[in-house]
Amino acid sequence: MLGSYLTIAAILFCIGLYGALAKRNAIIVLLSIELMLNAVNLNLVAFSKYGVVPSLSGQMFALFTIAVAAAEAAVGVAVLVALFRARGTIKTDEIDELRG
Amino acid sequence: MAYSQAAWLIPVFPLAAFLVLTALGRSFRRSAPIIASIGTLGSLALSVLVMVEGVEYRDRINWIKIGDLSLSIGFDVNHLTSLMLVIVSIVSFLVCMYSAGYMRDDERLTVFYGYVSLFVFAMMGLVLADNMLMLYLFWELVGVCSFLLVGFWYHKPEAKAAAKKAFIVTRIGDAGLLLAVLLLFWYMPNHALDFVGIQNVFQGQSGAVDAQITTLIALLVFMGAIGKSGQFPLHVWLPDAMEGPTPISALIHAATMVAAGVFLIARTFVLFEASAVAMDTVAYIGAFTALFAASIALVQHDVKRILAYSTISQLGYMMMALGVGSLTGAIFHLMTHAFFKALLFLGAGSIIHATKTQDIRELGGLGGRMRLTALLFGVGALALSGIPPFAGFWSKDTILAAALDSNPALFAAGLLGALLTALYMARLFFRVFAGKPSAISEAAHESPAVMTIPMLALAVLALGAGFVETPWYDGLSQWLLGDEAPAHAADGYTVPIIGAAVALLGLYIGWLAYVKRTIRLSAALDAMPSARRLLENGYGLDALYTHLIVKPYRLLGSCVQLFDRYVVDGLVQLAAFGVSALGRGTARLQNGQVQTYGLAAVIGLLVLIVVLAGRRLWS
Repeated sequence: MLGSYLTIAAILFCIGLYGALAKRNAIIVLLSIELMLNAVNLNLVAFSKYGVVPSLSGQMFALFTIAVAAAEAAVGVAVLVALFRARGTIKTDEIDELRG
Repeated sequence: MAYSQAAWLIPVFPLAAFLVLTALGRSFRRSAPIIASIGTLGSLALSVLVMVEGVEYRDRINWIKIGDLSLSIGFDVNHLTSLMLVIVSIVSFLVCMYSAGYMRDDERLTVFYGYVSLFVFAMMGLVLADNMLMLYLFWELVGVCSFLLVGFWYHKPEAKAAAKKAFIVTRIGDAGLLLAVLLLFWYMPNHALDFVGIQNVFQGQSGAVDAQITTLIALLVFMGAIGKSGQFPLHVWLPDAMEGPTPISALIHAATMVAAGVFLIARTFVLFEASAVAMDTVAYIGAFTALFAASIALVQHDVKRILAYSTISQLGYMMMALGVGSLTGAIFHLMTHAFFKALLFLGAGSIIHATKTQDIRELGGLGGRMRLTALLFGVGALALSGIPPFAGFWSKDTILAAALDSNPALFAAGLLGALLTALYMARLFFRVFAGKPSAISEAAHESPAVMTIPMLALAVLALGAGFVETPWYDGLSQWLLGDEAPAHAADGYTVPIIGAAVALLGLYIGWLAYVKRTIRLSAALDAMPSARRLLENGYGLDALYTHLIVKPYRLLGSCVQLFDRYVVDGLVQLAAFGVSALGRGTARLQNGQVQTYGLAAVIGLLVLIVVLAGRRLWS
């Protein structure tokens, strides 16, 4: 049972990682990061139920992660809005202020 | 004991004045002369107290300790140093006072007085130093101060060149002194460098140090003195140093710079006494310089250059005195010369202040316009010429008597030098003060009291300072040498009478030539234009040095500069270029794309995982 959960989570994480690294739209990037976080959440919950030492703290962690992810999304979107106002774009390949 | 124990304060007064003046800066122009004068006056008062007390006292503290070696700083009060301190502080105090008038309108008055105070501090430290190393440090400081002051009017290219020349030429001598200090350090038992230790080791040729090494050390010390005291062949900086302000010339020539060389030899006299070769070298170079410089002084046209060559000549006398073993004669002449040469320079300054020229061809008949200056300058000239009862007569007589005792040839040279001295002083005095007033002289006015009072004080000293040592009274030699003072020759009258007669003859010839014009000395010289030019250029030594030393050195310098520019600089630039190219290359990796960085991180992570997993599998 645990294996299927972990497989789903790994697939989810890889999709998220691909999106975060490859997409040019910053909002999609944010969404992809959410996907990765949720993959981790899935792992936590799966281990708390089917792990070697089942315990509720994994689910507690998952709840925490969801709350933190919500805050992160809010901050991230706020940054994007500010960026759009300042630069007129949120395409990640056009934002290269730190180029050497 | 009290005053001698506080003798270390003597140099501290001028040092404090220097620090205060430097801290105050240019806005405190009005108080600068007062601060500097207070500094030197404090030194003067304490020096006089120390000399009157007349006890020997020395004290020192450890300065640096490296393993078994220890270097100390300390001060040494004895009869020689206390007398020197009084001479230095009298002259510097009077010069400080005089400069208040002479330099009144100068923009950088505070800086000037700061330098003067530092100069006086350096000289006093040199005098009080109780070991060779400390003396050497102050010796260099004196050199630096002379550089600063000779080049004080640095907007004049001649002054700049003269300052550089003074510094570089004296450095040649300094190198000799440094070698002497190192040799002493090497060969002295326990590496002692203090004068008392040197005195004990070399006294009576104890054999602790090899005789040849002793000669070498003495000659190297003398090389230092040649540089500082302007002896042949390193005298060339002294006439050029006249580009500095006139009070500085007085200071350099009387108290703080050229006297250092004579003092150095007097201080390390035991080294010279241990080596006959060194003594003879000192005597002959001194005698030669005395004659050589006097002959140049005969044809110069610049008031200050005449006095400069006369200083070189008189320093030659002092060296000759040291060379024939008469420490008293040298210090005596150093003292009287300090007074009357300072007087002459201050007089020359007074003339320059009034007329804005220092060419004797443009002057003449100033006597009527500047009576006091003429009178005081006359006193100085008579003292320098060696006319009794002025101070210069007695000191020159002591030297001549000592020379006659040891070597008649030196005595003859001394007499000829005395004749030339009287002659060129007569020429200078009569050309400037006698005769019909020239256009420039007509407009001249007497200098203010702040300038004439120091001259008056020096004139009193130039008149009276000679009586400390006469053929009938040996106060100075008792003071300097104690019981070892040699007894006077039984017949104490021959030498002074001959000396006075020769000096008077010189003055008489001068009077005939430049007032009565019955002898045409200049016409005789004009008949030999090449000889005249040779004398005017100081026997062409400057040109010789230029061609022989300066130009090859410049050439070498240009070659080294090319090497520096293309090889050394090239290497440096290559290194810089390499590093910046590397930087440019790596900077390209920083493209500012966060996603690229993330990708790189993920790839790194994957590599890490593969490596770890691979190790687990392989092992």
